[in-house]
Amino acid sequence: MADVITTLSSDTFDEVLASSTEPVIVDFWAEWCGPCKMIAPILEEIAVERKGTVKVAKLNVDDHPDLARRFDVMSIPTLIVFRDGAPAKRLIGAKGKGQLLQELGEFL
Amino acid sequence: MVEADEPGVTVRDVVIIGSGPAGLTAAVYSARANLAPLLLEGEPSSTSDQPGGQLMLTTEVENFPGFPEGVMGPELMGRMREQALRFGTEVVTAKATSVDFSSHPLRIRSGDEEHLSRAVIVSTGARSLMLGLPAESRLLGHGLSTCATCDGFFFRGREIAVVGGGDSALEEALFLTKFASKVTLIHRRDQLRASKIMQERALRNDRIEFLWNHTVVDLHGETRLEAAVVRDTISGAQRVFPLDGLFVAIGHQPNTDIFAGQLDRDAAGYLVTGPGTATNVPGVFACGDVQDHTYRQAITAAGSGCMAAIDAERWLEATGHG
Repeated sequence: MADVITTLSSDTFDEVLASSTEPVIVDFWAEWCGPCKMIAPILEEIAVERKGTVKVAKLNVDDHPDLARRFDVMSIPTLIVFRDGAPAKRLIGAKGKGQLLQELGEFL
Repeated sequence: MVEADEPGVTVRDVVIIGSGPAGLTAAVYSARANLAPLLLEGEPSSTSDQPGGQLMLTTEVENFPGFPEGVMGPELMGRMREQALRFGTEVVTAKATSVDFSSHPLRIRSGDEEHLSRAVIVSTGARSLMLGLPAESRLLGHGLSTCATCDGFFFRGREIAVVGGGDSALEEALFLTKFASKVTLIHRRDQLRASKIMQERALRNDRIEFLWNHTVVDLHGETRLEAAVVRDTISGAQRVFPLDGLFVAIGHQPNTDIFAGQLDRDAAGYLVTGPGTATNVPGVFACGDVQDHTYRQAITAAGSGCMAAIDAERWLEATGHG
């Protein structure tokens, strides 16, 4: 399951987003964030179930605070959906799978 | 579990709603009593209304017996969950959305699913109160936070405030001093209701300042919090208090909305129990913070969860199902 989610870094971030033909859901997370851990398996499921429609990637804000600042992330988990390399939607806070699917509906 | 009158529908002995220390302890006890409980543990969220409950948003728990070095809140809850699973609790990651306790078997609905049970243990806990300001929903996650452990990191070197005067407010303030340059505790009275040990720690910490006798009456900032408007509760004077972050810890309200009209509640919305953990509906028992606004500790919640499991087991025996 580990490969279904792309791990982003400051070096790869822009390239991955610019080269993707599908929308990319980026999960801004950290090891110490409990709610982030709760939604991680849900995001893996979405990545598997919607393969080809949407990509899921994650960014550790501890390792890359520059990117958290660049996208004004002040609370995690934050999910930002990038379409054609640009932010198209932002969801803040952990949610159940049903609600996540509903709020991400336009990209799935 | 046996077949109900309706063919193909199983009626359980025990369904437990909620998975904090009360619900998980009730699960351990009723699973060990071979009651094969079903636990509706809730859904992921960034509030305390999530699997594991309020301890999922805390850091170090120093007062749970058996952990002399302390234990992290999420780790403690993970261990309780493992213990419940070990004895055969069936866990469903979903919230109860409505209940029908008007007849037996008792009915618990979770989205499209309906569960039937002879006994129900309610351990839905309590959630954090918000300030109730119009700007709140706009600024939540943009400088306004209810989870210091989730968001403290983003306030490194910034000036922030915590609203509240209880143990959770002081715990958040102390935790936030690891990141923030200054933490102001805004409290509506001139003394704290927090425990002595927490008060001493906070008063001793030179990064924490106190703004006594003040309440937050408005928030400024369009896309990001810029200031709070605070009001002096004695003079009534208002002023703008610039800050980068505001953490809310002003108390809790019980999660009892789905039981309205079915289970007796007190004026504050807490479930009324007694004798023991019994509610007004035979076969429905309540434990933990959903019925306790006095003690509200992990250990008292766990203790009452044990009581609810024993009460449910005896009730099942007495009604010929044990």
